[in-house]
Amino acid sequence: MNKIAEVFAKGKKVFIPFITAGDPSLEKTEEMIYAMEKAGAGIIEIGIPFSDPVAEGPVIQAADFRALQAGCTTDKIFAMLKRVRKNTQVPLVFLTYINPIFTYGCTKFFNNCQECQISGVIIPDVPFEEKEEVLKYCWQYGVDLISLIAPTSEQRIKMIAKEAMGYIYVVSSLGVTGVRTTITTDIGAIVEQIRQVTKVPIAVGFGISTTEQAIKMSRLSDGVIVGSAIVKIVAENDENCVEAVADYVKTMVTAVASCR
Amino acid sequence: MKKMTKGRYGIHGGQYLPETLMNAVLDLERTYEKYKNDPDFLQELQTLYHDYANRPSLLYYAEKITKDLGGAKIYLKREDLNHTGSHKINNVLGQCLLAKKMGKTRVIAETGAGQHGVATATIAALMGMECVVYMGKEDTERQALNVFRMELLGAKVVPVTSGTMTLKDAVNEALRVWTARVLDTFYVMGSVMGPHPYPEMVRDFQKVIGKEVKAQILEKEGKLPDVVMACVGGGSNAMGLFYDFIPDKNVRLVGVEAAGRGVNTAETAATIARGSEGIFHGMKSYFLQNSDGQIAPVYSISAGLDYPGIGPEHAYLHDIGRAEYVPATDVEAVEAFDYLSKMEGIIPAIESAHALAYAMKLAPTMAKDKIIVVNLSGRGDKDVAAIARYKGVDLHE
Repeated sequence: MNKIAEVFAKGKKVFIPFITAGDPSLEKTEEMIYAMEKAGAGIIEIGIPFSDPVAEGPVIQAADFRALQAGCTTDKIFAMLKRVRKNTQVPLVFLTYINPIFTYGCTKFFNNCQECQISGVIIPDVPFEEKEEVLKYCWQYGVDLISLIAPTSEQRIKMIAKEAMGYIYVVSSLGVTGVRTTITTDIGAIVEQIRQVTKVPIAVGFGISTTEQAIKMSRLSDGVIVGSAIVKIVAENDENCVEAVADYVKTMVTAVASCR
Repeated sequence: MKKMTKGRYGIHGGQYLPETLMNAVLDLERTYEKYKNDPDFLQELQTLYHDYANRPSLLYYAEKITKDLGGAKIYLKREDLNHTGSHKINNVLGQCLLAKKMGKTRVIAETGAGQHGVATATIAALMGMECVVYMGKEDTERQALNVFRMELLGAKVVPVTSGTMTLKDAVNEALRVWTARVLDTFYVMGSVMGPHPYPEMVRDFQKVIGKEVKAQILEKEGKLPDVVMACVGGGSNAMGLFYDFIPDKNVRLVGVEAAGRGVNTAETAATIARGSEGIFHGMKSYFLQNSDGQIAPVYSISAGLDYPGIGPEHAYLHDIGRAEYVPATDVEAVEAFDYLSKMEGIIPAIESAHALAYAMKLAPTMAKDKIIVVNLSGRGDKDVAAIARYKGVDLHE
C-alpha cells in the first residue's frame, strides 16, 4: 500500500492543504510543511511555480509570480524536499503544469520525485487523452498521476475514474482556482458515478475556504483540498506565515475530521 | 513507439487542456468534422468571404519595388484589403459560423495587435453575438485605436494585467474565463495554435489565401512562384499562404519571425531561431523558455508577432525542412514599412512589414525571371501612431 492509500485507509476524512513552493521563500515552504503536518494535514500538495498558470485564479498566479521572482527553481525545490525527507514522511503531491516537467526532462523529474518520495503529481493541463506523455515515467518511478474530474466531465467521468491512481481530484466549480462563496455543482452526483467504477479515494477542491464548505464537501467525499485560501494567508503574513497557516489548517482539520 | 493522440503534426500539436474544457473542445472537434466538408456550410462561408469580406483579395505586381531591388519579381497578396483590414476575418467568419451552428450566443477572443479582436468584434456584431476581447494591457496602449474600434463595434475589451501583459497573457486570460463560462461561450482563437482542432481549423479557414495566390499567379505568369513568404507569430497568415503550396516542392516556403532587437538579444520573439520543444497553450511545439520550462518574456515592435510560441504545423514544416524560418528585426521591419509606403503607396501592417523586410533582402539575390509572393497580411493604419512614437514624432489628433 502506498502512502496516499494508507492515509485514506485510516477511515478519517483527509484534509489536503496546498502551498506554492518558494512563496515567500523555500525556507518558509519547508517550515510550513512541518507545521501543516503537525496541524493534522493528511497529504500536502506542493505547487511548482509556473510563469503562465492557466488553471489558476489571481491568488495562486500571484504566488507563482512571487516565488519565481524570489529565484525559486525546480532544482532548488527538489533540494529543499530532500531536507524535508530527513524530518518527515508526510505524503507529498506536486501540482504543476506539463511544460515545467517536460522541459526539465521527464526522466530527471520523476527520478527526483522518487528520490524525494513524492507520492503523486497533479498536472492540470494534461487531460486523460494526453496522459501518455507522463504515464510511463509515473509507473517507472512509482509516482501516482492524480486525475481531475470537472463539473463539465459528464460522460468522461467513468472513463477517467476507471484508470485513476492515488486519489481523484474533483473540481468543485467551473473556472479557475480561487475562493468562492457558493458551490453549485452537484458533487454528490459526480461522486456517485465515480464510486460505481473505482475504489480510489475522492477529494474535492477549488473554491473551498470555510469550515462550513469543508464539512459539506467532506461529507460527500473522502477529503477536501484547499489552495487559494491558504496561499492568501501566506501572502498576507509573509515572513510570519507559518503560524498563521498552521492555525488555519488546524481549524480545517478539526472541521473535516468531525465528518463521517 | 508511444501512441500519438489526435491533431498531431509529427510530434507537435495535441490537446493539452484542463479537464473542464475537454468536452468543449471535443464538441468543437465533432462540429468541425461534421461541417468541414458540408457543401451548404462551405457555400455559406464562401458567400460571406465574397460579399462581406471582399474576397478574393488582389494579387498585385509591385513593379516599382521590383525594379528598385533589381532581382526577382515581387507580388503582394493584398489581405490588407479585406474588410477589417487583415487576413484575420477569414478565420473569424469560419469560427463564428460554427459557433452559431453550436448554438453559442457569446464569443471571446484574445488579441495582440488588435486585428483578430477587431475581426471578431465585427463578425459578432454581424451575427448578433455578445463579444469580449482579452488584450494585454501593454497592447491596449500600443494599439489604442483598435481598442476603441472594437468598442465601437459593440465588443467589450478587457485589458489583461497578468504576466508580461501581451499576447500570451491575453491567451492565458481567455482560457481562464472560458473555463468559467464554457457552456455558453465559444473561444474564437486567432491563430493556428492552441489545442486540436484549432490549428487545423484555423489553417483550413485561412488556406483560401494560398489557393487564390496559386490561381492568380498561374493566370498572370503561367507558372508557380519560386518563393512564397509571410510573417509568423502564431502563424495563421503564413499557414494559410503555405498550405496549398506544400505539395509543390519547387516553391520555397519562407516564414519571417519577429527578431525584435535581434535574435541574439533577450528582446526577441523569434521562436524557431531561439526556442525549444515545449508544451503550452494546449499544444506541443517550439517555445521561447528557460531550462525550467518557464515561458520567456518576449519582445517585438509588432504586438501581433509578440508571442513566445509558434503553431504546431509550422514546427513540423520546420522539422522536416519543408519551410524555412528566418528573422527580421524591428529596425528592418520599420525600414520595410517606410519603403513600401513611399514606393508603392501601400502602408503595410508592421507585422507584414517583417515579411517584406526579408523579401527586400532576398529579391536582389534572385534572377529577374524568378517570382516572390509576399503576403501583405494587414494594413498599417493601426500602426501609424506607434511608428510615429518609434521615430520620436509627437502626434496630436
